[in-house]
Amino acid sequence: MAYDLVVIGSGPGGYEGAIRASQNGLKVAIVERELLGGICLNWGCIPTKALLKSAEVFDKINHLGDYGLTGEKPGFDFEKVVSRSRAVAKQLNGGVGYLMKKNKIDVIEGFATLEPGKDAPKVVVKLNKGGEQIVEAKNVMLAVGARAREIPAIGAVSDGDRIWTYRNALTPKSMPKSLVVIGSGAIGIEFASFYRSLGAEVTVVEALDRILPVEDKEVSAEAQKAFEKRGFKFRIGAKVTKVEKSGSGVKVSVEVGGKSEVLEAEGCIVAVGIVANTENLGLEKLGVEMDRGHIKNDSHGKTNVKGLYAIGDCAGPPWLAHKASHEAVHAADYMAGKKLSNLNPPIPGCTYATPEVASVGITEQGAKEKGLDVKIGRFPFKANGKAIAAGEPGGFVKVIFDKKTGALLGAHLIGANVTEMVQGFCLAITMEATEEDLQGTVFPHPTMSEAILEASLDADGRMINL
Amino acid sequence: MTDILMPALSPTMEEGILAKWHVKVGDTVAAGDVIAEIETDKATMEVEAVDEGTIEAILIEAGTEGVKVNTPIAKLSGGDAAPAPKAAPAAEAPKAAEAPKAEAPKAAAAPAPVAAPAASGSRVAASPLARRLAEINKLDLKLLKGTGPHGRIIKRDIEAALASGTGKAGSAPAAASTAAAEPRKVQSLEQLGIAPGSYDLVPLNNMRKVIARRLTESFRDIPHFPLTVDIELDNLLAARTKINTALEAQGIKVSVNDIVIKAVALALKQVPEANASFTPEGIALHHNADIAMAVAIDGGLITPIVRKAETKSLAQIAKETKDLAARARDMKLKPEEFQGGTFSVSNLGMFGIKQFASIINEPQGCILSVGAGEQRPVVKNGALAVATVMTVTLTCDHRVVDGSVGAKYITVLKGLLEDPIKMLA
Repeated sequence: MAYDLVVIGSGPGGYEGAIRASQNGLKVAIVERELLGGICLNWGCIPTKALLKSAEVFDKINHLGDYGLTGEKPGFDFEKVVSRSRAVAKQLNGGVGYLMKKNKIDVIEGFATLEPGKDAPKVVVKLNKGGEQIVEAKNVMLAVGARAREIPAIGAVSDGDRIWTYRNALTPKSMPKSLVVIGSGAIGIEFASFYRSLGAEVTVVEALDRILPVEDKEVSAEAQKAFEKRGFKFRIGAKVTKVEKSGSGVKVSVEVGGKSEVLEAEGCIVAVGIVANTENLGLEKLGVEMDRGHIKNDSHGKTNVKGLYAIGDCAGPPWLAHKASHEAVHAADYMAGKKLSNLNPPIPGCTYATPEVASVGITEQGAKEKGLDVKIGRFPFKANGKAIAAGEPGGFVKVIFDKKTGALLGAHLIGANVTEMVQGFCLAITMEATEEDLQGTVFPHPTMSEAILEASLDADGRMINL
Repeated sequence: MTDILMPALSPTMEEGILAKWHVKVGDTVAAGDVIAEIETDKATMEVEAVDEGTIEAILIEAGTEGVKVNTPIAKLSGGDAAPAPKAAPAAEAPKAAEAPKAEAPKAAAAPAPVAAPAASGSRVAASPLARRLAEINKLDLKLLKGTGPHGRIIKRDIEAALASGTGKAGSAPAAASTAAAEPRKVQSLEQLGIAPGSYDLVPLNNMRKVIARRLTESFRDIPHFPLTVDIELDNLLAARTKINTALEAQGIKVSVNDIVIKAVALALKQVPEANASFTPEGIALHHNADIAMAVAIDGGLITPIVRKAETKSLAQIAKETKDLAARARDMKLKPEEFQGGTFSVSNLGMFGIKQFASIINEPQGCILSVGAGEQRPVVKNGALAVATVMTVTLTCDHRVVDGSVGAKYITVLKGLLEDPIKMLA
């Protein structure tokens, strides 16, 4: 059977692109080597959120007194915390299966490789159940994602026992008493936050000069303070020279400011970025152009090979599920000749630790580097009524406007619930809002979102509640 | 308590006149009761209550002009959340239609009738940032084309305009006639030596403003020229007598104007180049002959349309023109009944006017001005004779209809009217 589109990989990019293509009237098949839904909902975004929710509830119960409540000292069943997370992932995995059926998308379980073809590369699938299936299509979309980066040279490689990547950290056999987390991006920080909440001693090692290095500097500083208050330890500007097993744990050798130090812990999480899953696909034979380990694509997801598209993590940063979905849906519209969204929206980023961090658009440092003339507003949650009532006074909203045009360029939030608040800024940027639009919008009282209004007013020195 | 909001009579309406209140504070109303009348440049419509309740307050006085759509106009208590009242085009006014009125629709004054401008609204869809950038860079958003969702002007359209140097405020767009110009500024009467107090001032209603603006633009911006011919009517009048005898039982009376409308439409099918509109993208050749007829009404004029007149019998046309004219005079026409004709006919014959040239009714390519039918001396076979003659003038938009096309059209029309049997061919 000839398809209009074969999608390789069923993560949030692949399966959403497949659905949109099917909505556009294309005949679609999707190839998945493991679990429908990909990393995001089986081994990433979703199961980590389940773990973090357990941690958050546990934290709250440990602070019952803050809310005038009493109760016995709570405990946890680690196995059940983990199995809840797996159950959540399983439910959503089944959901994707239903969506494929609903949209009449053929699911082919196996590993795909590409060979030269007529309209597009020919897809040869080594089926999981045995045997081979050749799938021909007018278009092929690579949505093969990425995996954790490991560094064999220094021993930073998962052994599934004491040295973990995110995947091992999601399904631990037991609760480690202490952990070294290498890398302070979203993944490292989220696991550090989870294990810290359940009582582990956590040390986070970051090679750059601050944690959450892609965020605005002020957010990094605020986050570090908040995490240190929770008992995190940090080694900033620290180079990891060796990771090795020792007796019952691991030893992580680091160099900080010219001094060597050995961090000892029961376990270690390697969270130093990702590597695109581009091997063994036959890309070399097709002559697919690459860019720093990622597949090179254009603004419609097209590669240099006829009929071949690439979207999501395998096609470059930021490595985020919603970026993959957006690209895939766009490409599915493009190949069906549908009207395209004319905007190239900035991709928001969220870190679901305690406190949460969320941002969209340019940072203050980024604006400076670009030589933009900006005005900046800030508002702390400690002056927000709802945040105080909720016992969540930490963090702030920071908003960056172009000084001359008032264009909203970026927003940076840290505090409770901010991952659910940042979308307001995303919408505002997409609609090309200016400071006046934010300042003239009525925000419901009392909500933490009022800090958005106040921060916008502060950009013009007209903040009201501080 | 809920607000009753100013309704929109049409998708393009932005404001209107709150002409009259049918209720006063303290009145109880039920859903469907007529509570007010609102007037736009085209029509008067009745506003019905959507919910029951008591009128608590009237917020906008009767006679207020320029009331923006969705402005609260009154407060209603009792009802729950009351949405904006339905602006139902007032009932079809059967009385008016049945009334035994004069036969032909009364003709309009010479100027071209008022029809809906294609792009009337002054509101341009643009993102907030695009507006700010246009202001900073002194660009006129009306001159720009939007590429955002639903044609919205977004930042990149401004950047494109800046790069190409287009859209500067005050610059005429490449294709003229798309920008709506203000009417020419008139000096005050006092400056012109007319003493204050020596005259009464009638305020400009919406219709008058639109007539002033549109006709000024049309007359100034469209290169127009008139073509005049005399048409002998004796055969037509004889035919009309026979037709009306035949239709008497049905109570239908066909006027000369009805026959003119039919002939105009048939001639357009024979000379389709005359059934055309100028647009910056190209000449639009209309598929149907939708004939707009000018009808004089209180305070101005309006052009109800006989759609696909080329397909209709004279009896049908007579019935339609009678109904349209009656409802036009009652300001009860729906927007779709007077917007979007392809050719206009204006008839001042009943006033004894011999000959006149109307102003083009944009975007139509031609308008026909019909004078009085009267007995005149004519030369037939070298001898003087008497015939009933009517002078008609075709005003043409030269961008669409050149002289030879206009001449061809008017000759075909003359042929049909002088020998109406040809209309059966």
